[in-house]
Amino acid sequence: MIRLEGVGKRYPDGTVAVDDLSLEAPRGRITVLVGPSGCGKTTTLRMINRMVEPTSGRILVDGEDTAGMDAARLRRSIGYVIQHAGLFPHRTVLGNVMTVPRLHGWSRARARERAREVLELVGLEPAHARRYPSQLSGGQQQRVGVARALAADPDVLLMDEPFSAVDPVVRGGLQQEFLALQERLGTTIVLVTHDIDEAIRLGHRIAVLREGGTLAQFSSPADLLAHPADDFVADFVGADRGYRALSFQRAQVPIHAEQPLREGTGHAPGSGEAWRLVIDADGRPLGWRHTDDPEERLRLGGTLAQQDGTLRSMLDAALSAPSGRGVVVDDRGVLVGTVRADEVLRAIQQAPRPTGDTVRTAEGTE
Amino acid sequence: MSLLGVDLATVLELGQDHLLLAGVPLLVGLALAIPLGWLATRRGWLYPPLVAGTGLLYTIPSLALFILLPGFLGTRILDPVNVLVAMTVYTLALLTRTVADALLSVPGHVRQAATAMGYGPARRFLAVDLPLAVPVISAGLRVAAVSNVSIVSVAALVGVSQLGSLFTDGFNRNAMGPIVVGVIGCVVLAVLFDLVILLVTRLLTPWKVSAS
Amino acid sequence: MADVLAWLTDPANWSGQGGIPAQALAHLRYSVIALLLACLVAVPLGLYVGHTGRGRVVAVNIAGAFRAIPSLGVLFIAVLLLLPRLRGELAFEAPSIIVLVLLAVPPVLSGVYAGIEQVDPAARDAAHGMGMRPWQVLAQVEVPCALPLAIAGIRSGMLQIIATATIAAVVGLGGLGRFLIDGQAVRDYPQMAGGALLVAALALGTDLVLGLAQRAVVSPGLTGGTGLRARSATALDRRLARG
Repeated sequence: MIRLEGVGKRYPDGTVAVDDLSLEAPRGRITVLVGPSGCGKTTTLRMINRMVEPTSGRILVDGEDTAGMDAARLRRSIGYVIQHAGLFPHRTVLGNVMTVPRLHGWSRARARERAREVLELVGLEPAHARRYPSQLSGGQQQRVGVARALAADPDVLLMDEPFSAVDPVVRGGLQQEFLALQERLGTTIVLVTHDIDEAIRLGHRIAVLREGGTLAQFSSPADLLAHPADDFVADFVGADRGYRALSFQRAQVPIHAEQPLREGTGHAPGSGEAWRLVIDADGRPLGWRHTDDPEERLRLGGTLAQQDGTLRSMLDAALSAPSGRGVVVDDRGVLVGTVRADEVLRAIQQAPRPTGDTVRTAEGTE
Repeated sequence: MSLLGVDLATVLELGQDHLLLAGVPLLVGLALAIPLGWLATRRGWLYPPLVAGTGLLYTIPSLALFILLPGFLGTRILDPVNVLVAMTVYTLALLTRTVADALLSVPGHVRQAATAMGYGPARRFLAVDLPLAVPVISAGLRVAAVSNVSIVSVAALVGVSQLGSLFTDGFNRNAMGPIVVGVIGCVVLAVLFDLVILLVTRLLTPWKVSAS
Repeated sequence: MADVLAWLTDPANWSGQGGIPAQALAHLRYSVIALLLACLVAVPLGLYVGHTGRGRVVAVNIAGAFRAIPSLGVLFIAVLLLLPRLRGELAFEAPSIIVLVLLAVPPVLSGVYAGIEQVDPAARDAAHGMGMRPWQVLAQVEVPCALPLAIAGIRSGMLQIIATATIAAVVGLGGLGRFLIDGQAVRDYPQMAGGALLVAALALGTDLVLGLAQRAVVSPGLTGGTGLRARSATALDRRLARG
């Protein structure tokens, strides 16, 4: 657990980067610091491992005041990932990842073995180990950066805009893997981003900072979307926050039985619906077919909603299906039934506005 | 009139010789380096041999080159042409790489935009690539100019008269005056070259607030 | 040219105290000593300036100004100033060697500090953030990354030294320059040209050796190895051109 108590950073010229900041990053969770440029989020992060020395307040890591620790030793116990990875260009991927274990005084052999493990953990092929950073793509470099930070098995990981230098196409996948990895390792993470979507996507707790380095709001993503503390936060979170908040609400939507067509069978009589859902032998939806279409083309349907999914995923499924009936599947991908957009909207109207203890779900898995 | 025991008219005359011996090769070298550098960027495989080849020439010590050139050119050893050619070789050696790297530093999107607007290769080179490469080329030219001024003075040892002649003259007479005057003359000349190049660069690159 | 070849192949010129091997060795010895002394001054200074950023302006200006000062003039001034004050064998060598060192300091200094300065700030930041102590950052990150430019500075310093050591034959220093200067005194062009060829060969050879040393100590990650990066870069270009 990381605890900031009235932490401030004032530079000799009088500029205040961070002002009287108190917050707690809970153990084993992802805490995101988010805000516009100049809000002191990176300074705050760098004060945790004393890359920047606070001028007031104190920072406790697992109850111990960091000010009394040896700075280099403190940093070795905390993983650190930065925007452009900051890999050492003169060292191979393996050499980069071995850095912190070697600083801890591990033998070369042990450090190498551990480095191989973490590289696998972050999803890099062993063939990459002998390459140099300049021979890797941006996404691969960032993976190496994460592997390097995890090499000495730190309890705490600090990440400064870890995904912002990566191609947007690659970013989504990396974020997804990052969430899975965090869940697996249970590392306490403090992550800085300027991107509110990323913050909502990744954070268990989100601290919104405003210019001048003061805390505007510190809450769960659902709460942040539903109850922004003030105009600044509401504005920063964005105009479509209400819609995005649906990502955090479980649905109470009636699911209708569907009479699907099995793949390969021709016209099946009965339902009278213009659009018929086609499923495969295992009951997984394949797409929609219009009964008047002489060529019997299969229209790949829209998104699928999970049976226990959120309101946002249900609404999206309903809106993206050509039939207007959103396809709901179970966790094996087998058809359960369909939902209607109007009924989802009714459920939204009736749903209680979320409170702070709403469970965060990973949006992309729905 | 005299300065530290050296006749001022002599200094001016020697300075003028020095100016020509250092300056003319600078212009000729630049004129040759631009097409060579362009070639090195246009044909990728030519870059290593061109840059390494001209670089090798630069490793030859000046006194050795002054002495060897008459053997190749069929000139007499006292002929100033040897010095002119040697200094051109050095300038070329330094600037070929500079020009190539300067052209490579022109952002790809600018070049593509120019092509998209309908510039042919030759016009694009003259109207877009070359002007944008000016700051880097100018930096290389400043280095070449200063080092030319210094190297030319060595030619006094093979009897070609310029400010370096004051060194040999002073040394032979065990007199510090002429040597100091010669050093000052060289430094003044180097500064002069530097200022002129800076001024021309500023005129050629009005979009840069300060050329440095 | 035939005469030059004759001079170069004459066995008489290849033996004895004033012979080609002896002079080449002397030239090399002065040069290496001067380079080592220059490095002794310039490398720590360059590391300091590059690492701290302090004195950068001074270093840049000194390096620039020294380039403008003609080596021949400095050599003569040093001899005139120092010769009367020195005694013994050193009296003839010391002024020249001092000048050689003086002229090699600026290129080595600017190579080292430029090398340190261009180290990727993100890599430096990461090094600190991982818990390296300042000297570990210097030794494990900054110095290895600075090597390409630092060695380039050392190479150009060495070329400057070899060239000036040649000229220093005028003030009595031994080495291959003797053939150029002594040959001129007796109007023996074959000897002058032969000596000049040897000097050129020595300069090229030394630079080649330093170049090989550079290849040996600089990480392939910094140079892109044997064109691997270049190849992937052109592949990327091609992909971009197609897309």
